[in-house]
Amino acid sequence: MAHGPAKGLTRWLYTTNHKDIGSMYLWFSFAMFLLGGVFALVIRAELFEPGLQIVEPEFFNQMTTMHGLVMVFGAVMPAFVGLANWMIPMMVGAPDMALPRMNNWSFWILPFAFSMLASTLFMEGGAPNFGWTFYAPLSTTYAPPSVTFFIFAVHIMGASSIMGSINIIATILNMRAPGMTLMKMPLFVWTWLITAYLLIAVMPVLAGVVTMMLMDIHFGTSFFDAAGGGDPVLFQHVFWFFGHPEVYIMILPAFGVVSQIIPTFARKPLFGYASMVYATSSIAFLSFIVWAHHMFTVGIPVAGELFFMYATMLIAVPTGVKVFNWVTTMFKGSMTFETPMLFSIAFVILFSIGGFSGLMLAIAPADFQYHDTYFVVAHFHYVLVPGAIFSIIAATYYWLPKWCGRMYNETMGKVHFWLAFIGLNITFFPMHFVGLAGMPRRIPDYNIQFADFNMIASVGAFLFGAAQILFLWNVIATIRSGKPATAEVWENPEGLEWTVDSPAPYHTFSVPPEVK
Amino acid sequence: MASEQGTYYVPEQSKLPIFASLGLFLTVFGAANWMNGNETGPSIFFCGSLLFAFVLWTWFSTVISENMAGLNDAQVKRSYVWGMGWFIFSEVMFFAAFFGALYYIRAFSVPWLGGEGDRGSSNMLWGNFEAAWPLLTTPDMALNGEAALVKGAGQPMGWQGLPLYNTIILLTSSVTVHFAHDALKADKRKAFNYWLGASVLMGIVFLILQVEEYIHAYQELGLTLETGVYGTTFFMLTGFHGAHVTLGTFMLLVMWLRSVFKGHFKSDDHFGFEAASWYWHFVDVVWVGLFIFVYVLGS
Repeated sequence: MAHGPAKGLTRWLYTTNHKDIGSMYLWFSFAMFLLGGVFALVIRAELFEPGLQIVEPEFFNQMTTMHGLVMVFGAVMPAFVGLANWMIPMMVGAPDMALPRMNNWSFWILPFAFSMLASTLFMEGGAPNFGWTFYAPLSTTYAPPSVTFFIFAVHIMGASSIMGSINIIATILNMRAPGMTLMKMPLFVWTWLITAYLLIAVMPVLAGVVTMMLMDIHFGTSFFDAAGGGDPVLFQHVFWFFGHPEVYIMILPAFGVVSQIIPTFARKPLFGYASMVYATSSIAFLSFIVWAHHMFTVGIPVAGELFFMYATMLIAVPTGVKVFNWVTTMFKGSMTFETPMLFSIAFVILFSIGGFSGLMLAIAPADFQYHDTYFVVAHFHYVLVPGAIFSIIAATYYWLPKWCGRMYNETMGKVHFWLAFIGLNITFFPMHFVGLAGMPRRIPDYNIQFADFNMIASVGAFLFGAAQILFLWNVIATIRSGKPATAEVWENPEGLEWTVDSPAPYHTFSVPPEVK
Repeated sequence: MASEQGTYYVPEQSKLPIFASLGLFLTVFGAANWMNGNETGPSIFFCGSLLFAFVLWTWFSTVISENMAGLNDAQVKRSYVWGMGWFIFSEVMFFAAFFGALYYIRAFSVPWLGGEGDRGSSNMLWGNFEAAWPLLTTPDMALNGEAALVKGAGQPMGWQGLPLYNTIILLTSSVTVHFAHDALKADKRKAFNYWLGASVLMGIVFLILQVEEYIHAYQELGLTLETGVYGTTFFMLTGFHGAHVTLGTFMLLVMWLRSVFKGHFKSDDHFGFEAASWYWHFVDVVWVGLFIFVYVLGS
């Protein structure tokens, strides 16, 4: 090749290489995963027993808030952008991302943004304590002073997401190798194209809503203040207009990952490729017209409740198509169960559980019972942990040999899987029960009747957390001293990324490959 | 790779992104400290802004010289076109949030506070409040009279006069930018400079009139940012639009300076100008929305 990576620290600071930037995104997101995980373990430690024993209620609120913010914006989203950076140029046969310098800018904003967000923990009045959904007036009238730093952190991480997405769209639309028509693109590329569109559509709305907060707090406007004719519920509408598509931003790339992995280990092409593309597009479209299902209990007109209830249920149709296709891909396949496949199968099963509890929550009259209980916490952790997080882990095991040219330790990978699988189910499944029995979320103390299930959940959480150390160990050991991997790594996998050496050369496809 | 003929130009390592991140961070970190009343805030803010502006300046000149050195093939150029197009889409969605807030306030929150509709019961918290738009008597005033903390505006802003002139000026400037583009495509450099210069002037006149309008609002109408949701939506929508006109005018001005003093742009290679003109048309369309919903239907 013309030239390899530069030496030393400046390689990472000044890089324009999609692989370097992808690696930085992935390491950054893992660091945030650990940080957000520590916050979660503080929560679970406090909830181990009823009563207040470890932290003050005020600090508990900061933990729930920071856990959510760090996991959503710091762990899950950057991890998927990291995967996109590594894989999309290789999958479409491009030499790099379309706008390489902006790519590095998108990444380097994040460490600054999250340092600022994390620094609020040490500020007077403490970190944001109003929940990751930062509802007004908790986040305006009653917020700690650090809310201003939170607002600006959201602004710049939003800028990072928008630039990252513009880059991904430009890469997919403009950089495909000759012959790589849209309907030949790997599904991971398709799902990211649609995700990037969602991001560009809703991150500015998030910027808008935090700007309204900033103006209400510091400049005397009345967006969310009924005294001036505004409405706190307006906050929820604008927030969830961002927030619901955001949910799909965190799961559509996961669908893409699983759609790459299952065919490889079932040794069959993906069943219903075209229907997967249409289903993903339908989910993206529906994501814009269901936001008020997060707000059934705030008193929206009954026509609104009905509309948002039925629109939400419609999402089950394209999602069902996807689950059907994954299962059918495996049907009569010549299956093997390497670590990425284990995580992917767990994804299909456990994500479906999260989907079903979502359907229960979609029923407006029933939601009045479930709203703001641990049932909701169980629901969204079932779609995010074995959904988004498992797919990221699966992707890491699947493509790690391609990235570093070495094979990970299969036994350790399987142990990691089983510990994580058991740990997360022990953590989150009991939450369904305490939620249905009426335990409210975001409260540091609880009625004694919930004690057993909470203790079990806390044990599971520490098990799940410990399992991730094994993951870190396995990845580092692989990079340092794993057995060399072949170019194909797996048995006849589909896709351009398997046609180049392992590790993938620093610059791949400087001459576009021929796609038949 | 950079030197190979006919392949995509991937720039070498660059210091621009990391310093852009630092500049952006210092800007917002300073702004947050400033708003929270820390004395160091303003200086951090200004240092950050200067650094950020300097990095952007360098970044754009780097891109311009790369293009003039012939490093960008048609595919690279298309990437920039896609980039600008999707950036404008993100801006559209930013304004959508504020227009959405305006519609929600007018269609739901104010009537509900006045006792109408599904959540009309909220009126019991604000006795005597009657829904009206423009909202001059806030719920707070209806309940607390003189003791109210959130007082409404004295008078609303009409659409005749300055806002109407500004509409005509901005719409005209969009047409002149288009003429400038046509002139450039026909390689008529002089006409291009004149039409573009005229557009820049109209942008500046628009901004001066907007400032006039704000002075009028604050001093004569008693309409300020703090006068309830009417003042809130009026100033936030027109204010953000004004900020975008400022940026758009600056972009067009830079394009004009590049053409007049440096002779940049060719009849078939001028995306820098074209991107600025897209941006200009975009702020124009937003203004039409503002004129209809904030001024004509809002006063």
